[in-house]
Amino acid sequence: MALFEARRLHKRFGDQVVLEDVSLTVMHGELRGIMGPNGAGKTTCFNVLTGRYKPDRGQVMFDGEDITGLAPRQVARRGISRSFQIMSLFDEYTAIDNVVIALPCVRSRGWSMLRDLGRHASAYDEAATLLQRVGLAGKEHVPSRSLSYGERRALEIGVALAAQPLMLFLDEPTAGLGTEGTARLRELVESLKRHLAIVIIEHDMRFLFSLADRVSVIHWGQVIAEGTPTALRQNPWVQRSSLGGLSS
Amino acid sequence: MPHRPPTFPLVTPPLLVTLAVLASAPLWLQSVGLYQYVAVEIVIWMMFALAHNLLLGHGGMPSFGHGAYFGVGAYAIGLLQQRAGAGLVDGMLGSALCAAAVGAVVAAFISHRRGIYYALLTIAFGQVMWFVAIKWHSVTGGEDGLQKIARPPLRLGEMGWSLTSNESFYWFVLAVFALVLVFLWRVVHSPWGRVLRAIKQNEMRAAFVGYNVWLYKWSAFVLSAALSGLAGSLFAMAQNSAYPNVMSLHNSGFVVMMVLIGGGLVSFWGPVIGAAVFILARDLLGAYTEAWLLWYGLLFMAVVLFQPEGIAGVWQAWRRRRHAAATARGIGAAATSEREA
Repeated sequence: MALFEARRLHKRFGDQVVLEDVSLTVMHGELRGIMGPNGAGKTTCFNVLTGRYKPDRGQVMFDGEDITGLAPRQVARRGISRSFQIMSLFDEYTAIDNVVIALPCVRSRGWSMLRDLGRHASAYDEAATLLQRVGLAGKEHVPSRSLSYGERRALEIGVALAAQPLMLFLDEPTAGLGTEGTARLRELVESLKRHLAIVIIEHDMRFLFSLADRVSVIHWGQVIAEGTPTALRQNPWVQRSSLGGLSS
Repeated sequence: MPHRPPTFPLVTPPLLVTLAVLASAPLWLQSVGLYQYVAVEIVIWMMFALAHNLLLGHGGMPSFGHGAYFGVGAYAIGLLQQRAGAGLVDGMLGSALCAAAVGAVVAAFISHRRGIYYALLTIAFGQVMWFVAIKWHSVTGGEDGLQKIARPPLRLGEMGWSLTSNESFYWFVLAVFALVLVFLWRVVHSPWGRVLRAIKQNEMRAAFVGYNVWLYKWSAFVLSAALSGLAGSLFAMAQNSAYPNVMSLHNSGFVVMMVLIGGGLVSFWGPVIGAAVFILARDLLGAYTEAWLLWYGLLFMAVVLFQPEGIAGVWQAWRRRRHAAATARGIGAAATSEREA
């Protein structure tokens, strides 16, 4: 059974249709790529899938439950986590505090007003382990706004992972990263692959095609092609379009 | 352990220094040309400013009509005394509850907003309540206000103390302040306080890691209103009266100025410093000129323009510089000894 299923989503802003009849199935442990030109509706698609916008029509199922139109916090609590294309961190907080705040064990104590969060040592241990996993060991106490661009990208994913999701959405994780940063990110994503379902929006075709099990191509708010990277390379539309330069 | 978390003990040096300075005030006030009542007022305003800063500094919620909750507390203690025969502690708790209830209603209308919209709504609600205080004669006494608000004696079991003198009232206010101070210090470092601060930094991210942003903002407003009401009830007892003035936009503006000048955006202690500076400036500048608020306003503008982090920010910057200098010296010394070895 699919872990995540979006059925025939429609979304319009005013008279502009941004998603039209978009369907997407993601299996447990699958790594799914979404590609498409700028303005094709990829990020809107993410925003509908993760609860930021309500679809006008259609249904989103997750783990056997209808989550259509739920608020972001409710979607998050069911085990869907996401990173943002425009980085979205708690800038004043140190790297470790960014992660700590996102941990479910801290969230469940969020209404405690009289104990010192700093004494919740196990949360900090857990967060430190997670920072190590995303390559930020040694940066625990650096305010996130003072981290380098690549480190902030890694922390974005760290915060998303802190929620212990069943499913992770990454919105253009390589944006602005150099070759070295992209290589490190690839390692990270590879280490996560199979542990949870991942959906990645990406411009970097080589990055996406080397990692994804299946890729959906979105254009004009519609899924115009879908398949394994190998199959997609043969797709005449993909070859014809500006997305084609995959052979290079 | 490289990742040892920052912990915040319940009692810290700044807390002890603050309380020590305030507790010794009756000894030295007169020798520096001050008087007991002004100290009462300063401590009450410190409490109000701390309550306000829970929203402005810690929660990033610009509440610019906060005089309303201070005022609700002030009127509530008068009404509770005069209509329900309330004493000291029950009257104060009742006032805090009234302010919390009003705050809960207002917060329900505004907690989905932020930034300038939030600020405008708080001002609007504040003005509504100021207007109610002026117009609802049968309850608030209109422009004449509520008179003859008493300072009931403090009773603990068999013992009782009269609080009618300014000095004894000061001790009582200081004790309440100390409790509020320790409570708020704990609150801002608790999970709840840290989540609130996270929401201030990035509401959207907080929602996407699963927090109910609305409810946190709402609860912060209610708590802040309750503590503001508590301060207001002390203020009414200090003045023996409550006037619409306490709810005015003026008063709401004063508390914002205290918080910002003191440095509430960067430090827990900002409101404490700011309230003292404000009331002292009022008394000291006020002795020379009627237009003290003009000079204070210019000072405020200068702070916002040149030192937006306030007095506490200056202090922090100085400490950082000193620390950096010391570290640099340390490294230099280490390098020298290495060369020599």
